[in-house]
Amino acid sequence: MSKGTLIHLVDTTLRDGSHAVSHEYTVEQIEAIAGGLDAAGIEYIEVTHGDGLAGSSFNYGWSLTSEEDMLVAAAKAIKNGKLTVLLLPGIASVENLEHAAQCGAKAVRVATHVTEADIGEQHIGIAKKLGLQAFGFLMMSHMAPPEKVVEQAKLFESYGADIIYVADSAGAMLPEDVKARVGVVVEAVKVPVGFHAHNNLSLATANSLAALEVGASFLDGTCRGLGAGAGNTQIEVLVGVLAKAGYQSSVDFYKIMDVAEDRVEPVMHRPQVVRNAPLMLGYAGVYSSFLLHTYRAAEKFQLDPRDILAELGRRRMVGGQEDMIVDVAYKLAQKRGGSYESR
Amino acid sequence: MNKIKVAIIGPGNIGSDLMYKILKSKRLEMGLLTGIVESEGIKRARVMGINTSVEGINAVLADPDIKIVFDATGAKPHLKHAPLLKEAGKIAIDLTPAAVGPYVVPCVNLDRLKAEPNLNMVTCAGQATVPIIYAIHEAAGAKYGEIVASISSKSAGPGTRQNIDEFTETTSRAIVEVGGAKKGKAIIVLNPAEPPIMMCNTVYVEVENPDEEAIIKAVNRIVKEIQNYVPGYRLRVPPILDGHKVTTIIEVEGAGDFLPKYSGNLDIITSAAVRVAEKIAEKLLAKGVQV
Repeated sequence: MSKGTLIHLVDTTLRDGSHAVSHEYTVEQIEAIAGGLDAAGIEYIEVTHGDGLAGSSFNYGWSLTSEEDMLVAAAKAIKNGKLTVLLLPGIASVENLEHAAQCGAKAVRVATHVTEADIGEQHIGIAKKLGLQAFGFLMMSHMAPPEKVVEQAKLFESYGADIIYVADSAGAMLPEDVKARVGVVVEAVKVPVGFHAHNNLSLATANSLAALEVGASFLDGTCRGLGAGAGNTQIEVLVGVLAKAGYQSSVDFYKIMDVAEDRVEPVMHRPQVVRNAPLMLGYAGVYSSFLLHTYRAAEKFQLDPRDILAELGRRRMVGGQEDMIVDVAYKLAQKRGGSYESR
Repeated sequence: MNKIKVAIIGPGNIGSDLMYKILKSKRLEMGLLTGIVESEGIKRARVMGINTSVEGINAVLADPDIKIVFDATGAKPHLKHAPLLKEAGKIAIDLTPAAVGPYVVPCVNLDRLKAEPNLNMVTCAGQATVPIIYAIHEAAGAKYGEIVASISSKSAGPGTRQNIDEFTETTSRAIVEVGGAKKGKAIIVLNPAEPPIMMCNTVYVEVENPDEEAIIKAVNRIVKEIQNYVPGYRLRVPPILDGHKVTTIIEVEGAGDFLPKYSGNLDIITSAAVRVAEKIAEKLLAKGVQV
């Protein structure tokens, strides 16, 4: 993207950030954060359980606040931006999407594993019928070569997606990996292209810049970098970096810093840093949302979380397979010869 | 030993796998494989000496000796086929999501169902997980059942992909209606890893009475029953209790009749369908129906 271009920002503090607070946002916190992001000039404000609509479950963790209450609270607080929801086909259905639209959602990100875009055709189609802006969102893009990413991006475009995202869900990519994938997608599709980063290798901001260099015009971020694994691109940092690099955004630098410090930091459960396990996520290429579930399994089966994550990476598990964490932990504990402590 | 003559509508992967299983059956005679166009499946069956047709359901209706009909087409065609088969006095075993008749999961409710003209086979994940939920419900009372089915990308056909919601909604309903849980939720994840992963299902149940011994006993018993018709059905992780939450993981290796072994998801639904047909055939034979 040439310098001076307007970069569209999607804040996902209230969606990807939800993982880092174990999906325990209250209605009051959602109102305050969504309202703050909107006043700071964020264009797309994503609000859902970390695993998207209908994500509240045994497998992904239960939300403290119901989906309806979450969306209605956010819709009330957002005056200028677009309330955005995430939908993973296989977890949520068209029915969930219709309900979200009734609650005030204006955009939906239909997210599939990087090789499985065709399971989202139905949902993109319905989103368009409902008058929503539709994003096609390719997760775990590091697992597929650039030509495969392009093929799948084109599928999403053919279904009617307005924007295509390349997502580094495992925070496993280096800047050249980002450029290789985002660059070919920008060339192959007519719609705008975005990039979603995770900071597991401390590269979220650098990778976001790399995506812009090859033509991306949408970026994701969260206040304080709050998100699955080591978190996402820190959005208040990103706004500053974009300004220094000569890009335009619609976001007020001071105001977004204030939302991060005054409204998001107080609700965080722990500082968002690259601890050993999230580093292992990025290194082994494992879905970032697995982190807290892995800590729990490691404790239950008395294992090193890094061993569980390395094995999940070796098995090439994809997003949504949180259930396989227990499977791996059980197998590792059996191999070690001990039994787990039943609680 | 007498056999009952059966037909398969739909010569795709499911229909072809059914055919191989029927050829091994002691109770079923493979009478007809029918489609609406010339296809690989039709050609393969013809070479094997099996009666085939491209006249679709008309070929089935033209043969009064056919008593049981497997429908492996799609939801829309089955809605048309169902009344025609009923009128002709043929029993339909529906492998589509149409769900005209009641859901049947052989080891759970086959013996309880009365003589129905149409039976629906739920989904592959339903066949794999509903028995576990039912067993745990019987032992400990299921307030909520949730399943996660991981399937290799290669074994999920275009029908499943274009309407993935139908898969999760049907499975959720069967968790409640057949499994006995008060509420149900189903999740499906496709994994493209090579070599393809085997079908794997995680079953979470929130129980009223977390009696570990009773739960493990009940699960082991039902696993043995399923193994009678799906030999590749195995417990990966036996029931683990965490308060009122029970986690069980099972895998399904296909028999490799027609489809590759990793397609345990397809194998379990065709195996269950043949099991249902054999039970019906036994009843018909006992009543003196001849081929």
